[in-house]
Amino acid sequence: MAKQAVSFTLNGKTVDVLVEPRELLIHTLRENLNQTGAHIGCETSHCGVCTVDIDGESVKSCTLLTVQTAGSDVKSVEGMATADGLHVIQQAFVDEHGLQCGFCTPGMLMRAYRFLQENPDPNDEEIRWGMSGNLCRCTGYQNIIKAVKTAAKNLQQA
Amino acid sequence: MIPSGFEYHKATSIADAIAKLQDNEDAKLLAGGHSLLPMMKLRFSEAPYLVDINGIEGLKGISIDGDTITIGAMTTENELIRSDLLQQYCPLLVEAAKLVADPQVRNKGTIGGDVAHGDPGNDHPAVMLALDAQLIIHGPDGERTIPANGFFLGTYWTALEEHELLVAIKVAALKTGTGHGYNKLKRKTGDYAVAGSAVVLEMNGDVVRDIRIGLTNVAPMAIRAEAAEDLIRGKRVDEVLLKAVEKAIVEACDPAVDLRGDEEYKSHMAAIMARRSIIQAIKNAKE
Repeated sequence: MAKQAVSFTLNGKTVDVLVEPRELLIHTLRENLNQTGAHIGCETSHCGVCTVDIDGESVKSCTLLTVQTAGSDVKSVEGMATADGLHVIQQAFVDEHGLQCGFCTPGMLMRAYRFLQENPDPNDEEIRWGMSGNLCRCTGYQNIIKAVKTAAKNLQQA
Repeated sequence: MIPSGFEYHKATSIADAIAKLQDNEDAKLLAGGHSLLPMMKLRFSEAPYLVDINGIEGLKGISIDGDTITIGAMTTENELIRSDLLQQYCPLLVEAAKLVADPQVRNKGTIGGDVAHGDPGNDHPAVMLALDAQLIIHGPDGERTIPANGFFLGTYWTALEEHELLVAIKVAALKTGTGHGYNKLKRKTGDYAVAGSAVVLEMNGDVVRDIRIGLTNVAPMAIRAEAAEDLIRGKRVDEVLLKAVEKAIVEACDPAVDLRGDEEYKSHMAAIMARRSIIQAIKNAKE
């Protein structure tokens, strides 16, 4: 199949890629643009490790064609930290030990990033509901919930 | 996993989408893509040509005219959940959408895709049956409206004809004295139902004047439990009646056996989900 030129914004910068229609966004990010923060897990939109932010919504990038993102504003985990250091949400995951092996963490961070804008002051139940599209096989989730809660508090004070 | 190759076209209008379906053999519509793309990646499904209908403005949105609510087919699950209009006039749709998949998937998954895909595990078909929804369909010969009751013909098989497109869903606003419920047993967030049941009923004092019961994932397609409905219509619901209703529901079920359970378990769970929805509907029937 003929390749198509697609342009979108990734972490504030315009990127141009040439892709087959069947190419999924996660592959473009990782293999074409060398942004390997978003991971490949289940590949069937269950586990959430490929979560990125597109036009203000959390999306699983394993289940979106790159051609569908033409003109979109995409944010991946690489866009979180700045020269000044970690993003407040990343620091909260460090402080609360919200990760063990770290495989699910990029997805958790990107989902928390959007969730805390949808609901800046969530209770535990709302966090569990809001983060339910991301699986973690190490932590048992308790410290992830704590990390999101701490991040919410710190973001409000920031 | 990557799907096999296909051509991609982003449709600009409903007419454009229908034309592309006509011009390209075995072309498929791409709505939210959260059923179709995983199936294509797993190579359970192949399409030489995908018509993306995400950019078509007229397919989105929720409105009310008199007692009739119209929902564009490309309205996402999260848009249903966030709708104040639905919360007020048809909260069953909001409650059911909350049980579909997970937050990320609900940003992409659409009510029209869920209905038109024909997967017996999808949640909206049973809800459509309980709401007695009307489906607005466009095709090469223009527009037609058909009831949800009769639309679901089998697994991945609906009354949609070749080159047709579901454009909107119409449901009646739930009026005074009407109750509703959707209960779904699932192993984990994001999973399909082991069994689910949607109920809409109308009370007359403490007697059920009318009732519709839809069942999820316990037959080749979403089904109405008509024998169970007949038992309840015109009656006061008590424990003896509920036991008889459960029995009628078990008899109506014909589930596929998979890792979620065997036939007996799934059928029994469908009866329990229906019981819960009936009790909930009687309780929340509007004064």
